[in-house]
Amino acid sequence: MTLLPLLIIMLLTLGSAAVAMMLRNLIHSAMLLIFSWAGIAAFFLWAGAEFVAFAQVLVYVGAVSMVVLFAVLLTRRSRADLEVSPPAWKRILLAVFPSVLVGSLLIGAVLGAFPPTTNSSPAPELTVKQIGESLMGPQTAALLAIGVLLTVALLGAIVIASPEKSEDKP
Amino acid sequence: MSPLALCLIFSSCLFCVGLAGALARGNAILVLLGIELMLNAANVNFIAFWRYGPTHASSTGVMFVIFAIALAAAETAVGLALVIAVYRHQRNIRLQEATKLKG
Repeated sequence: MTLLPLLIIMLLTLGSAAVAMMLRNLIHSAMLLIFSWAGIAAFFLWAGAEFVAFAQVLVYVGAVSMVVLFAVLLTRRSRADLEVSPPAWKRILLAVFPSVLVGSLLIGAVLGAFPPTTNSSPAPELTVKQIGESLMGPQTAALLAIGVLLTVALLGAIVIASPEKSEDKP
Repeated sequence: MSPLALCLIFSSCLFCVGLAGALARGNAILVLLGIELMLNAANVNFIAFWRYGPTHASSTGVMFVIFAIALAAAETAVGLALVIAVYRHQRNIRLQEATKLKG
């Protein structure tokens, strides 16, 4: 059965993401989300997109997780701040009801659109060389735009997060 | 069940978990992480259609996911900078109390 690895990846990723969204401790939530992102990278590997899987590991498991942990540690004053108070029941209901609605709509549409067949087509061949040639050839404009956007976003993040000099001098 | 349908159900469930987390939690960092989960669900969809879609020998899906990951990284950087700016102004990051700009 070729779908068994996918089922295991699905269960681990969804379980850790759901538990991370329910926990009270922010550090534990961030750790579980790192595991969930690693599970998504495993899904990319399973689907045959190795380059995307390694990009996911580098960007999410490596960089975004560290930035999130730094943000958690920078925005607390005492150890008690790590424990977030659970939201009110009304708020939980108002959040879970629309997401269950959206989820049932999506899953119903997927199950209605694809008849239950088990044919599996061969994986498309895509080497890193092809990806590089595509990035340097037809996609050059998008690559440049992403570079400019990353530069502007990082400069903007520094400007937003740096303290205002007029108000609080060290 | 076909593999494509299973992948799409996977991404739907991931999107719903992210949506519920982003709507329910009052902590700004957890809201950002929920949005990240939703972006990842979109990436899973792209890869699923690239793998099992009707057209083969095309790199469009992979290209889209690479650019989406780069955009998500930029979004996280700006979002966490905003979280730190909010913390500097009100000394906590509870979104219910960030009402200074309310009219």
